[in-house]
Amino acid sequence: MAHDSHQQVSAEGTPLPSFNHPISVTTLLATFAALVMFTIVTVVVAKSLPMGRFEIWVSLGIATVKALLVMLFFMHMLHDKPFNVLIFISGFVFAALFMGLTLSDSEHYQDDIRAAPSFEGAQTTPILARGAEE
Amino acid sequence: MGTATVDNRRLYGHAPENNYLKHTRGIASWMFTLDHKRIGVMYLVGVTVTFLLGGFFALVLRSELFTPNKMFLTEAQYNQAFTLHGAIMVFAFIIPAIPGSIGNFVLPVMLGAKDVAFPRLNLSSFYLWVIGTFFLLVAMIAGGLDTGWTFYTPYSIQTPTNVVAATFGAFILGFSSIFTGLNFIVTINTMRPPGMTWFKMPLFLWGMYSTSIIQVLATPVLGITLLLLIAEKLLGLGIFNPAQGGDPVLFQHFFWFYSHPAVYIMILPGMAIISEVISTHSHKKVFGYTFVALSSVAIALLSFLVWGHHMFTSGQSSISIVIFSALTFSVAIPSAVKVYNWLATMFRGEVVLTTPMCFALAFLFLFGIGGLTGLFLGTLSTDVHLHDTYFVVAHFHYVMMGSTAVAFFAGVFHWWPKMFGRMYNETMGRITCLIVFVGFNLAFLPQFVMGSRGMPRRYARYDEVFQIWHQLSTIGALVLGLGILLGIVVLVRSLFNGKRVSGNPWGASTLEWQTTSPPHFHNFEFDPYVGGLYDYKGVKYDESVEGYVPIIPPGVAAPGSAPVPQTAH
Amino acid sequence: MATAEAASASEGHGSDGHGHDHDHGQFIAHHFTGPRQQYDSCKLGIWLFLVTEVLFFSGLFVAYTIYRYHHPEVFEEASKFLDTRLGALNTIVLLFSSLTMAWAVRAAQLEQRAVTTRSVLITIFCATVFLGVKAVEYSHKWGLGIFVAYFFKYDGAHHGDTNSYLTTLSIVPGICVVVCAALAGIGMATGKPLSGKFWGALALGLGGYFAGVGLGVGYEAVFASEGESHAEAGDHAAPAEHAEGDAHTEAEHEHESTEALVMDPSSDEARNLGLFFSIYYFMTGLHAFHIIAGVIALAWIMNRSIQGHFRADYFGPVDYVGLYWHLVDLIWIYLFPLLYLIG
Repeated sequence: MAHDSHQQVSAEGTPLPSFNHPISVTTLLATFAALVMFTIVTVVVAKSLPMGRFEIWVSLGIATVKALLVMLFFMHMLHDKPFNVLIFISGFVFAALFMGLTLSDSEHYQDDIRAAPSFEGAQTTPILARGAEE
Repeated sequence: MGTATVDNRRLYGHAPENNYLKHTRGIASWMFTLDHKRIGVMYLVGVTVTFLLGGFFALVLRSELFTPNKMFLTEAQYNQAFTLHGAIMVFAFIIPAIPGSIGNFVLPVMLGAKDVAFPRLNLSSFYLWVIGTFFLLVAMIAGGLDTGWTFYTPYSIQTPTNVVAATFGAFILGFSSIFTGLNFIVTINTMRPPGMTWFKMPLFLWGMYSTSIIQVLATPVLGITLLLLIAEKLLGLGIFNPAQGGDPVLFQHFFWFYSHPAVYIMILPGMAIISEVISTHSHKKVFGYTFVALSSVAIALLSFLVWGHHMFTSGQSSISIVIFSALTFSVAIPSAVKVYNWLATMFRGEVVLTTPMCFALAFLFLFGIGGLTGLFLGTLSTDVHLHDTYFVVAHFHYVMMGSTAVAFFAGVFHWWPKMFGRMYNETMGRITCLIVFVGFNLAFLPQFVMGSRGMPRRYARYDEVFQIWHQLSTIGALVLGLGILLGIVVLVRSLFNGKRVSGNPWGASTLEWQTTSPPHFHNFEFDPYVGGLYDYKGVKYDESVEGYVPIIPPGVAAPGSAPVPQTAH
Repeated sequence: MATAEAASASEGHGSDGHGHDHDHGQFIAHHFTGPRQQYDSCKLGIWLFLVTEVLFFSGLFVAYTIYRYHHPEVFEEASKFLDTRLGALNTIVLLFSSLTMAWAVRAAQLEQRAVTTRSVLITIFCATVFLGVKAVEYSHKWGLGIFVAYFFKYDGAHHGDTNSYLTTLSIVPGICVVVCAALAGIGMATGKPLSGKFWGALALGLGGYFAGVGLGVGYEAVFASEGESHAEAGDHAAPAEHAEGDAHTEAEHEHESTEALVMDPSSDEARNLGLFFSIYYFMTGLHAFHIIAGVIALAWIMNRSIQGHFRADYFGPVDYVGLYWHLVDLIWIYLFPLLYLIG
């Protein structure tokens, strides 16, 4: 991925090994500034603009932009091996799969859940509450 | 140039002294060892203990089922017996057995590496296994456990038995499993020797790699599920408790998102062993190597798409069960690819019926039955009838016990000479295999029959029409138990009076056979030569070492000689 | 290990193109061929670990999504108990800690040891500030009777003493700061300046907790005083009307139906609100646990930095802990809008 063309040197003047890519201070500060800006934007948008059911998507969109900024710059993904990036992304893919398939059928049995509390003996006392009740 | 300066006996012979078992002594040198081989041996001992413990519970509950009415267990005790059998076998035996013991021992040596990538993590993985198993035992002694190994809510929230200790134990065992998987992925990725590209890797490594992918991706979800359940028990979170408006089916989704892939954590290492054993003892390159390798990865990925087939009768929507059923069938494809390729590997090979090969043949038979009966359960219409009957019990025992555990035995017998430098009695080994095979089928074939006739699982009492099938099954279980004990006796006896073996008694081609038996404490005294994969013409019998040695081509530096510049790559 | 070291030194570095002297090989494990293989392996390992963390948290996000999807109105009500401004403050604190963490990695890569140590210290400080603010938020809710579902008993009145909850939460951090300060003193007195420096810095870093508590309490005193006094005055007379001020200041201006927030603890709504808080406490609690684990890892890094272990070809540990720390930040980036910015 993107390499700085000029040879970086350490504080002692020795050249850095090829796996060592320091991120410039300017990039770090710019990333932080953008992150703070997006945080303020998301609060202002959520609290002042009436968007109804789109609100969550706007909030999550802004959060995703922030997450990408953190991953690309703070987590050095721009300089990392593509395989490592693939691995990390695959974590989100499988999490999405988990969420998607679980959500797909939860509608179906909500009525049964609503009816459940009326069953005899369904109420249980958590272990940490038992001492207090006795 | 190319002339060996070290003789073959030092490189490939029996190593009575300079090996990993003897280079340091004392309990502490084992307890704090970072050597993957010693950790593997400790795992081997540990999982044998849990296997015997789980097997003990199996025999107890099978004995109780000899008659339809009460013999010696109350219903509550029976519930505890099958739960502990399941929980111990799944979490403390099958999942860690092959990766922990054989995987740990063989994987780095197969790569020509000195150790796994993270030796400390490896040792902590073993101790986490010990701690997790300890908590399962605590649950067993303090309060028992009667939820079934699946811990389904809301019953697991209501039961007074010690769910918290058991789930905490399983939670810790999950971490042990994650650490092993993480270690193996990194080791295979970054520590392959020069010349061993992805598609020149032995199939055992492909199998372990696929297993590790599942361990890393699925096990964390089990972790959070069990943590939520513990919090539910202690604090009354209500997330899984319908009495508080929670969603018990959500628990099943959480649980099976891990636990279905987990059955592939159990079977893939078994398949990995079988690939090696069949190729080695048929002295023939694995037929369709690329397909077998990629089918492991395919199984690993598909395993994440089928968990809903455990929940066909749990109130899932119709569209979900149709999707899950269809996806379930797709897993049959890579599994069948493997079986056909193993059969084709044996075809016109020089098959030698050694003990590991006998176990491998038993595996093919049992996995065939286990796999095909899975299709009946994946079919919606038949599953509604067979769900929660002995048909399911028989199916997963054919896959878990008949396939994974038998493959584990095949692996132990295959690598035993490498681990300890001693050969067991082959005749007794074959008899062991025969007893295990007969006992297993006698125990579980009748269960298919009674299951399809409606005998529900997890019942302590049953209708008299099922009695003959239960009795056959119980007798089979006892025979199976005897076979396993005999196997342990055969192996342990060999440690004392077994014939000493050279580095490569089977004529195998993978790298772990190109060092001494038992291996040098750094695995290889000199970097081994990476020759052709499954190239059985690349080894020859050497009288001086009484075993096989690799044929080093001219122009290549033999191990231990002065390196020849720039030819090894 | 010593013999292994010699063995690994005698092996060539293979594909590792750059010439590399072995004078600081003490941190290269014997089974790796060189610093590059070690770095690549550990880096892959930490990414895989982060994947397990993502999937670990994914279960909670799934539970959240299911309940929010089926009970959106409950989530809108419940979210009003959370203070957006404190949440935003904590977000920025964590983002800043990510900045200093990334800076620490850069400094370690460039062998700027003092900068590394200082950046890690600031990161620890920010982490504990976050925990301090969180403690104020938790104790405030506990004082209102807002617990996980089973113990949920919010009815608009004060149930417990917020301050005593806060004091209880602060005991462990307090002990930690005192112990670190004492160890620093011992280190200085016994002529181990590096040890003294480390424990002193750690005491300072952990002291951030109390800065966070101060920040949170100060915030509540300034911004919430109006609503608090309002609610307390009416506590006995008419809790129903003023309960909202008690729970939250902002809600007063935005939310019209105050009675919705005052309820019989055994009602269905209360039970569902309790479910929201079960998820809230579990998510933020698990996140806080990861912050605590991160602080321990950061302390380890700070100590090694003080000892001068890190070099241009051995900065890995800073990098790995950094990646973990950024992941903790990533999770919070999603938790903040999902929990605080509803409705």
